[in-house]
Amino acid sequence: MVNIIIWTVAVITVLGLVLALVLYLVAEKFKVVEDPRIDEVEKAMPGANCGGCGFAGCRAFAEAAVKAPDLDNNYCPVGGNDVMARVAAILGYEVKAKAPQVAVVRCNGTCQNRPKTNDYDGVASCKVKAALYSGDTGCSYGCLGCGDCAAACQFGALSMDLETGLPVVDEAKCTACGACVKACPKHIIELRNKGPRGMREFVSCVNHDKGPVAKKACAAACIGCGICFKTCIHGAIVFENNLAYIDYAKCKLCRECEAVCPTGAIHGVNFPKPLDKDAVKARIAERKKKAAEAAAEVKPVETKEA
Amino acid sequence: MAKRTFSIGGVHPHDNKISRGCRIEPLPLPPAVYISVAQHIGAPAKPVVAVGDKVKVGQVVAEQGGFVSAFIHSSVSGTVKSIGPRKDLAGNPQTCIEIAVEGDEWLEGIDTSDTLVTGIPEDNRAILEKIRLGGVVGLGGATFPTHVKLSPPPGSQCERLIINGCECEPYLTSDFRTLLEKGEQVVVGAAILKQVLGNVPCTIGIEENKPEAIAHIREVIAKLPYKDIEVMPLKMRYPQGGEKQLIDAVMHRQVGSGGLPISVGAVVQNVATALAVYDAVQKNKPIVDNSVTVTGECFPKQANLLVRVGTPLSYIIDYLGGVPADAAKVISGGPMMGRAIANLDAATVKGTSALLFLTEAQTRRKPQTRCIRCGKCADACPMGLEPFLLNRLVKADDVEQLEANAAQDCIECGCCLYSCPAHIPLLDNIRMGKGAVMGVIRARAAAAKAVAEAKK
Repeated sequence: MVNIIIWTVAVITVLGLVLALVLYLVAEKFKVVEDPRIDEVEKAMPGANCGGCGFAGCRAFAEAAVKAPDLDNNYCPVGGNDVMARVAAILGYEVKAKAPQVAVVRCNGTCQNRPKTNDYDGVASCKVKAALYSGDTGCSYGCLGCGDCAAACQFGALSMDLETGLPVVDEAKCTACGACVKACPKHIIELRNKGPRGMREFVSCVNHDKGPVAKKACAAACIGCGICFKTCIHGAIVFENNLAYIDYAKCKLCRECEAVCPTGAIHGVNFPKPLDKDAVKARIAERKKKAAEAAAEVKPVETKEA
Repeated sequence: MAKRTFSIGGVHPHDNKISRGCRIEPLPLPPAVYISVAQHIGAPAKPVVAVGDKVKVGQVVAEQGGFVSAFIHSSVSGTVKSIGPRKDLAGNPQTCIEIAVEGDEWLEGIDTSDTLVTGIPEDNRAILEKIRLGGVVGLGGATFPTHVKLSPPPGSQCERLIINGCECEPYLTSDFRTLLEKGEQVVVGAAILKQVLGNVPCTIGIEENKPEAIAHIREVIAKLPYKDIEVMPLKMRYPQGGEKQLIDAVMHRQVGSGGLPISVGAVVQNVATALAVYDAVQKNKPIVDNSVTVTGECFPKQANLLVRVGTPLSYIIDYLGGVPADAAKVISGGPMMGRAIANLDAATVKGTSALLFLTEAQTRRKPQTRCIRCGKCADACPMGLEPFLLNRLVKADDVEQLEANAAQDCIECGCCLYSCPAHIPLLDNIRMGKGAVMGVIRARAAAAKAVAEAKK
């Protein structure tokens, strides 16, 4: 009896040792040498696995960042400059600070501004709805209101406002990962620079229809009048195809465009003081008057020379 | 002998052909028409008229924008008022040519008389050219340019022409009325198509719920001198009018995944297309009008109207007494495959077959519950797909598996949705998946083409 126990223990011990040796040899033979910095970079990442950087997750980003010769094309929008500075320190690269961004909903077609023209009874998904038709209002460009963007946001920064029917961005929670931008079939949501102290100016409309058509569909639509374009002295407004767009890189936040917009399609947010339209308009008028006077003074000189 | 039908799936909705007794009447001319340049599958046509031009009925207003494209003709005589975007049925802007109607003057050379021309020109090329210049597209729903369909790729041989007179969609009666009232023209059109395809035998498939049409077409065939044209009564089953289903029903051959009907030796043309071919070849008359069924239980006046292409829907509806108070939804086409109209100011196109009014009770979707794995959708799918699986794959966004499970073969007939006891919006979701798969397939084809060209 004792003999059997001893034999069993001995055989299993030897078997175990042999197999351990085999496993060790195999592990040595097929060892994958991995850059230890990948782990370090991954640890420095926020770990949201949101895909906002364009890679499948934080690990994939770390692998790509370690392989890449610099960090110019790899940026984690969720972690922002802090995380990127840490990643750069690990890898010994330099990184340029990027202005923090935030998702901006460029549609102000609330239930009040944009009356419904029909009832939608299908699947509650913007993607499905957009493939079927232009939407349940007269505007074929605006928000469809089914909340694909809110469902795509994994930071809880987007929610649907039931009263207006539009998504609302919680700036404190938004990480600018861009998931909502991809989810929106109408391309309404855009990542824009947060701006100094969160102050920014944007056109809250993407309607390319001609003025009367756009106006009929939505009271807050950009009607393509071009007044903002003519007013802006910083060249920040791009005016194309009946629609104005403010280039946030060039905008100086003077709010003149917002004051002159006849439909209120241009919005300024997070400004300390409410906009005094009359004062701004007076300022513009004053400037134009001076410019006209200057032009009048210059003209005779030109004619003399000619 | 038991009547034939297709072998997989299908459903049997009540046919509701309440407008079957209404003769096709011409609709009076509207004050203006809006002719879209994208009325067919393929590249949009390019406008060839300018604002202020005077046009006559049948004059070309837009020319082919590519190989798979079609000519578009003015459906009225008058002055071109504008060329620009106008909202279509779905509310999306499409380039339209607006023509203000002045009188009704037809282009010279178009035979507007009712005399039947039975002599078919001998030159097949000339016939094809006339079909192409006549802007003939498949009027069964897909609006695929007919001249392209009649030019089979080299190496493939057509063995049978099938004329599709199934009209399996409930409520629709325009093809049925066409068969009854213009049976002779349809048969001549079929004979022309048959000759172009190399004198193949021709079968006119008609569902058994149209016995008058079956009897009438049989009489017409006996009267006319063409050989090898027969009528085949088919058992009622939706979607029998689907191209691949009809081939299965008539020839007992199944078109493989991603294949074209010609791969099994069949060419299918709709009854209305056969009529359009007759008009284009024998009468020089391009597609300027088509018959539209206006129907619905809540609609007081059922009608089959001959409508000029580009007539605003609101004009048709006003002519028949306006939208009834209890109508909740207006559908362009039949209740199974038609699309709800978001914009009643939109104009008809060549492929518009019906306006259907449904009440709230008929159209409201029932609340969705959970899938109980009953498999009814898979039984009903005429393409042999598994809609429950595709639905889940769409939710998981798994395009690779969607393609492996042939989401691209979905014909969007709606049988799955119709049969689902849990009211799951299967088709709505699968349509999205199909779109994604088609995108991938097209991108792959484009990449392969680019590689092949680079090698040259």
